Amino acid sequence: MDLDFSAAENAFRAEARAWLTAHVSTSRLPSLETAEGFAAHREWERALFADRWSVVSWPEEYGGRGVSLLQWLIFEEEYYAADAPGRVSQNGINLLAPTLFEHGTPEQRARVLPPMASGEVIWAQAWSEPEAGSDLARLRSTAQRTEGGWRLTGQKTWSSRAAFADRAFGLFRSDPAADKPHPGLTYLMFPLDAPGLTVRPLGRLDGKPAFAELFLDDVFVPDEDVIGAPGEGWRVAMSTAGSERGLTLRSPGRFTAAADRLARLWRDEADPADTALRDRVADAVIGARAYELFAYASVSRIAAGESIGAESSLNKVFWSELDIALHETALDLLGPYGELADDAADAPAHGGWAEGYTFSLAGPIYAGTNEIQRDIIAERLLGLPKGRR
Amino acid sequence: MRFLLDTEQRAFAKTLDGMLGSSDTPSTIRSWAAGDPGPGRTLWSRLAEAGVFGLAVPERHEGLGLLPVELGVAFTELGRHAVPGPLVETVAAAALLDRLGDRAPAETWLPRIAAGAALVSLCAPDAGSPYALDADTADAVFVVEDDTVWLAAGRGPLQRSSDPARRLFRPTGATVLVEGPTVRAATSYATDVAALTTAAQALGLGRALLDHTVAYAAQRTQFGVAIGSFQAVKHRLADVLLALEFAQPLVHSAALALASDAPSARRECAAAKVTAGEAAYAASRTALQVHGALGYTEELELSLWIRKARALRDAWGTPAACRSLVLAP
Repeated sequence: MDLDFSAAENAFRAEARAWLTAHVSTSRLPSLETAEGFAAHREWERALFADRWSVVSWPEEYGGRGVSLLQWLIFEEEYYAADAPGRVSQNGINLLAPTLFEHGTPEQRARVLPPMASGEVIWAQAWSEPEAGSDLARLRSTAQRTEGGWRLTGQKTWSSRAAFADRAFGLFRSDPAADKPHPGLTYLMFPLDAPGLTVRPLGRLDGKPAFAELFLDDVFVPDEDVIGAPGEGWRVAMSTAGSERGLTLRSPGRFTAAADRLARLWRDEADPADTALRDRVADAVIGARAYELFAYASVSRIAAGESIGAESSLNKVFWSELDIALHETALDLLGPYGELADDAADAPAHGGWAEGYTFSLAGPIYAGTNEIQRDIIAERLLGLPKGRR
Repeated sequence: MRFLLDTEQRAFAKTLDGMLGSSDTPSTIRSWAAGDPGPGRTLWSRLAEAGVFGLAVPERHEGLGLLPVELGVAFTELGRHAVPGPLVETVAAAALLDRLGDRAPAETWLPRIAAGAALVSLCAPDAGSPYALDADTADAVFVVEDDTVWLAAGRGPLQRSSDPARRLFRPTGATVLVEGPTVRAATSYATDVAALTTAAQALGLGRALLDHTVAYAAQRTQFGVAIGSFQAVKHRLADVLLALEFAQPLVHSAALALASDAPSARRECAAAKVTAGEAAYAASRTALQVHGALGYTEELELSLWIRKARALRDAWGTPAACRSLVLAP
């Protein structure tokens, strides 16, 4: 058992760090949840892609470097330690791409992945509906067979980044007569500027138009944009859900970097006699380290040929609660400045805590609520009997 | 990097688990608590034969080398079966004696510790407690303070612990064994070993508590269904698993840090200690709640595990002390 990186891994880390040092601006980009910020972040994606840092774990043919899962973790650690901009492409890269790698056709991969990697096409996730959040079996939007493709009708909501994105992916009911609610769903990709499609931005808790409602009225989608077999969308989507809850959405680097910033903030600002706050800072630092080490253990298990299944639910609950604890503690440390928005004139110079806090509050809600995750942990990992929710 | 136990380490854990599982530890614990160390000493010898104490003794003193990762593996199993006795104190004393400038105490005690012939207690008031665990049974009680190691000559009356299997005494009449600047560094290392092995013990204890409670929740029915099908029960148990699963890698990485004498070792042992200690304590609270009045009953064997969890949480580094160490510059 060891935690030592190989010479090649250390060299990769040094190369990533050097590139990030040379390219990350010292001034923060505007929030990616605004039109101006979205455009600025798209430019940043282009810069990452130009030097092949946008999707390091992908095969080279799609613009990646074909590096190992561990090297990806290393890149992410460096990325967040450098305080580099948030990834506006993350829905595509973290959720759609793994699905295409597993279930897509070679034609789909060749067509969809390179523009996703370059930021030319930014993807939104369109799973939730007014009646279906964590319970995707209740999806009602339909896909009706037509010549050469499908016609989509219905409503999607809370669609992350759809206010400014180019395309979306989601599940639609293609066989309303299916005997169970899960079969009969089809996984489709569609353009957000298609005829018949209306995008209505929705303000988030902090007022930023971070997501949107989509109204689909007979929107045509060609057959080539169906992922996997029609009617098999549930099974296809579950592989994406695993990615979303597991490591690929929330790499440890994000939390270790935030914990480092929190520990610095504590040293600079805190009253050392406030042991209650000290304990919370320590717990956040330990939590970030625990999450990092848990990731290393998972990567080691995957490298040894084991697979990670329901355990992604452990990850999901842990990182989402850690994220909130990190940000709440930072806001408490900032005292009266904690309530200031990041763009307020008096906001702390080391900013970002306010938006990070708002973002963290969504963690226990999306990607399957933490209540659903705890059910999965209890039933699949502990073997407890199923019951009424 | 391969942050996983190897086949041999896993087999070692399985062997210990099997051996302890067939040893009727509950009656051993009850005897120990009642002041009869006979069955406990027999078990101690079997643990020594399996190599447990040799893991804390270097080869030049007839041990297997100080192997913190394997110690972590072994102590997780000792915790799982709630084995009584000054287990942590013995391996921490071995680490201390090995690192003192004076070789005589090491030559006297380490081969006996490795062989299981000596149970040793260690008391470090600066590390939090004025009491020596199991001083009535131990073959030697060492006391460390500032730059002096003392050998206790006697002990005060038994101070009953909330865990009846932990017998606490204040050492008395000490004579100086070793004095000098090497003592502080050796003590610091020994208390890190104590924090690590206590953390591992807590982790094993917590896993046993969870296993028992899950089995009970699946079998006990109320309102016509298994109580384990209630979301309120499920979520509490899921939280226990979460806490234990994320404490585990901290224990492993603390062991690796100790093995390589890394500067981060102190901080990592403290992080492992507070996290595993709190996880085991939460497991005990959940075990008690889910077992209901049954869990509140002393006759139930589970009580031996429940009562140990609180004591381990505070031994060799209270949560507050550990959190403070984690943030120390």
